[in-house]
Amino acid sequence: MKRYLTFLWDCFRLSFVGDWRYHAWMTVLTLITLGGVYAWCQQLVHGLVTTGMTDQVSWGMYIANFTYLVGLAAAAAMLVIPVYVYRNLHLHDVVIFGELLAVSVILMCLLFVTVDLGRPDRFHHLLLRFNFPISMLTWDVIALNGYLLLNLHICGYLIYCAYCGRKPSKAFYIPFVFVAIAWAISIHTVTAFLYVGLGGRPFWNSAIIAPRFLASAFAAGPALIILTLQVVRRFTRHQVSDEALLTLRRIVQVAMLINLFLLLCELFTEFYADTRHVASIRYLFFGLGEHRALVPWIWTALAMNVVATTLFMLPASRALKTLNVACVLAIVGIWIEKGMGLIVPAFVPSPLGEIVEYRPTLHETMVCFGIWAFGLLVYTILVRVSVPVLAGEVTYARRWGAHPKAESSPLVSASQPEPKL
Amino acid sequence: MADSAPVSGNASPPPSEAGVSRRQFLGQGAAVAAGLSALAAAMSPLRHLSDDDLPSVEEFLQKHYKEMTPADKERALERIREQVKKRYGVDAKVSDPPPLDGVEFVYGLNISRCIGCRKCVHACVAENNQSRSPEIQYIRVLEMEKGSIDLETANHHYDPEQVPRPDKWYMPVQCHQCANPPCVKVCPVEATWQEPDGITVIDYDWCIGCRYCEAACPYFARRFNFTRPEIPKDEINPNMSYLSNRPRQKGVMEKCTFCLHRTRVGQLPACLEVCPTGSRKFGNVLDPNSEVHYILKNKRVFVLKADVGTLPRFFYYFDERGSRYHEPITPDTKGKELKEGA
Repeated sequence: MKRYLTFLWDCFRLSFVGDWRYHAWMTVLTLITLGGVYAWCQQLVHGLVTTGMTDQVSWGMYIANFTYLVGLAAAAAMLVIPVYVYRNLHLHDVVIFGELLAVSVILMCLLFVTVDLGRPDRFHHLLLRFNFPISMLTWDVIALNGYLLLNLHICGYLIYCAYCGRKPSKAFYIPFVFVAIAWAISIHTVTAFLYVGLGGRPFWNSAIIAPRFLASAFAAGPALIILTLQVVRRFTRHQVSDEALLTLRRIVQVAMLINLFLLLCELFTEFYADTRHVASIRYLFFGLGEHRALVPWIWTALAMNVVATTLFMLPASRALKTLNVACVLAIVGIWIEKGMGLIVPAFVPSPLGEIVEYRPTLHETMVCFGIWAFGLLVYTILVRVSVPVLAGEVTYARRWGAHPKAESSPLVSASQPEPKL
Repeated sequence: MADSAPVSGNASPPPSEAGVSRRQFLGQGAAVAAGLSALAAAMSPLRHLSDDDLPSVEEFLQKHYKEMTPADKERALERIREQVKKRYGVDAKVSDPPPLDGVEFVYGLNISRCIGCRKCVHACVAENNQSRSPEIQYIRVLEMEKGSIDLETANHHYDPEQVPRPDKWYMPVQCHQCANPPCVKVCPVEATWQEPDGITVIDYDWCIGCRYCEAACPYFARRFNFTRPEIPKDEINPNMSYLSNRPRQKGVMEKCTFCLHRTRVGQLPACLEVCPTGSRKFGNVLDPNSEVHYILKNKRVFVLKADVGTLPRFFYYFDERGSRYHEPITPDTKGKELKEGA
């Protein structure tokens, strides 16, 4: 027990140490986070009227970001499957970064749901009357928190073992790894079912949403990991091989293709049949009358996804520069498509045919940026702490700080500042 | 201005266990102070929270409506009375009328007669203590093109000098009190449920404000309190009940309850009483002598969006004769009709 507390204390202290770039990066993130806290506090005082949401469009950027981030949490699973199921050893060293990403991303998801609540002070009602298994939202609560705990356990255990300088016992984490793989699929499926299950919203009430959701998640997640690993490799002494990145590239390749194919299926079904159900998707792609707020967004997203897919398919993307461009395009393209493109059109037109457009307010945007900054802050700290511990530079036997100069100087260089994500 | 990062000074040579130098201590202290003050600044808007916004201990511990004992319920009603008194200076009668045995309410709306005057909309707002600013309305009257029932061509914001307009018909929509309600299914905390008399209600003290029910409703029947509801003191309706028209808080959902504080004690809904054309019919469908029973049996009846399978208890019907649409058409409206119909 004492050892565990010492471990936590050392991790805490370690997270404050780095060179000026690390500190600058953390300061910026903290300031943006505090901006988000400020905007959220105003929202608590005035109500959700500070957002652009209305009775007609009752979910907006918060739920859009939530949906997208649930997808990103897939990154961990997509790293873990090749390693533990197919014994692809290139990825073995980097699995932990995927899982740490999953932890920070799920935290962001939970925050996005919390800020969307009208009465966050009544959160405990969930524990007292949990409408399980009828409400899909309760399934999502279980899926997300379970996934958070699983990943916390796996990374926490591996890092703590490294800290204690002993070999991790397989019985303590391998079963959890396999459960986490199935669980990762389930968080997407359940989140998709949240929308799919609503008969009154034809835009969502389609069986293709869940598979499309998985496909785009398995593209955006590993794409982000490709970028992150390069940042880790650049700013820490952790070795990441190019082979690992190229294995991820193959995963993204396939996922992007499936995503585009499913999009095609969806577009065909809606536009060829041309029933009344087409109104929402027509609003998304072409606008209804003078209401066309989402049109530029979705075409940008579509263009980005097509270009990204093409780049991923070309041998040119074996070069890291091209690969990174493709990754950024895929991440942003899918963010637009899975976020605003999936949530908002379902509310336009309203069930009674009224068209009310949604425009996020500054407040809402600040809260969103705040949560993103907080997520990056958490992820930076997690990576910052785990790299030296996993490398065996900080252990219980050789506690950091106990031997001033000799131990600490390499650590200071092992910092993790300003990744341009 | 304040540098708020959780940076513990110039921590480059990490503090040794032996002791912390004076300079380091001051540096770290300054950083912590800066961080804390930045956090306090960020949270400063919270000082504008009013007493009403924060749940009292009693409210915080209040049980779900279905778990309350009679004594719990009495306490909750007393608390609501006090809050209404404090906030609006009104001595309200807050009750909790139970559903009646052998009663299932249904509502019929005669589209041959409705003239789209929206008197029902405003009577509803007054009766149910809805927020006036921003105004929350449970009833939405749609102005439809003659010959079409396409909701996407409906006019929600018609505002002519005089209603009804020629070649239009009017379709008021409010909560349909579905027998298979999608809103009840999705609520994660069971804050909304269907009562034995068919009315879907909300425990405003239990709702967490996730708005999932609002997304699930195919009839746009639910309304959310995006901000603190404002009602002038002299417009408060003092006849209140727990599950219907007591004043709501910010951040919770609300909707039509068929005026259960009236209908469960033998009165008619406010929207029906005010209707100048007699388009609205309400009653117990299980009673074979009721008007709604007769209409369902003998009139031409339809429900909105039968395809979504919600089994509404709110239906529309029309007269075969005696409708205003059977009145002779004047020459100039006839010409207009032909032109528009082309």
